[in-house]
Amino acid sequence: MRFLAEVVISLKPVVNDPQGLTVRAGLHQLGFAEVTEVRVGKHITLEVDGDSEASVRRRVAEMCERLLRNPVIEDYRIELRPAIEASTAPLPPPA
Amino acid sequence: MRFGIAVFPGTWSDRDCARAVEVLGHRSVPLWHRDRDLGGVDCVILPGGFSYGDHLRTGAVARFAPLMESVQEFAASGGLVWGICNGFQILCEAHLLPGALTRNVSLEFRCETAWLRVETVETPFTRACDPGAVLAIPVSHGEGRYVADAPTLDRLEAERRVAFRYVARDGLPVGDASPNGSLRDIAGIVSDGRNVLGMMPHPERAAEALLGSEDGMQLFRSVVEAVAERSAFVAAP
Repeated sequence: MRFLAEVVISLKPVVNDPQGLTVRAGLHQLGFAEVTEVRVGKHITLEVDGDSEASVRRRVAEMCERLLRNPVIEDYRIELRPAIEASTAPLPPPA
Repeated sequence: MRFGIAVFPGTWSDRDCARAVEVLGHRSVPLWHRDRDLGGVDCVILPGGFSYGDHLRTGAVARFAPLMESVQEFAASGGLVWGICNGFQILCEAHLLPGALTRNVSLEFRCETAWLRVETVETPFTRACDPGAVLAIPVSHGEGRYVADAPTLDRLEAERRVAFRYVARDGLPVGDASPNGSLRDIAGIVSDGRNVLGMMPHPERAAEALLGSEDGMQLFRSVVEAVAERSAFVAAP
């Protein structure tokens, strides 16, 4: 079975994020004064084959630990759902 | 003696390092990232550049190169490993050194002369320097801000493993003027065995008067001295 894993890598709260500060300043400049905090991270999507959601989640966590994130500065979060293959996806309703 | 100089796809400072070694009258040996053989060199340099295009994170992919397995073993057995710029980033990703290098606080790529104070001469890489000497050595990086948690930083300081700190030209604290915003102005650190050095500045670009500074040569000379002493020790009855 194929799963779609979305991994969100974010800087740990204690790590200074100059990109986030710059984006926040830009948003303030554009008039979005209500923005109080911006943190910039990474979004990685993976298609992964596996028997169950639990086993795939375990494998993706291992990928995060070994490569996708740097444990010194980054945290990660995994979102997992069954991937719908293009060939079996329902066709959009006719216009 | 022989300096091995690693070459990953995207490395560009390897020839400058080779030149510095040759100016001193020693041999440089290129080490290809796919090879495992270190060719019996006395010191491995991981030079600057953008290995594997800095994909994912700087140094994150180079860490898995076959060559790095040999470098890990070499370092574990006490071999001298010297990471410069991208090489420092690789050493942190490979956990041969603690901490990480993140985006410069200015968000700018900084390419300029930096002033480094030698914080310890008790390393094979700084033994020929005067204690507290201020060296003019260029930096050239966008992600050189050294970070680690406070206990790690305290341990590095307590064990005198901070090799270089960014300072003002007169050797006084640099304040907000460091090139990258490194915590405690750290520019270079050594491993607990003191045989692995990581530094962001480029001593190979301060290797001849023509380049504006020869201060980087003090580091290359230190390594030559250290290796000569070790060989003498090994050869002794």
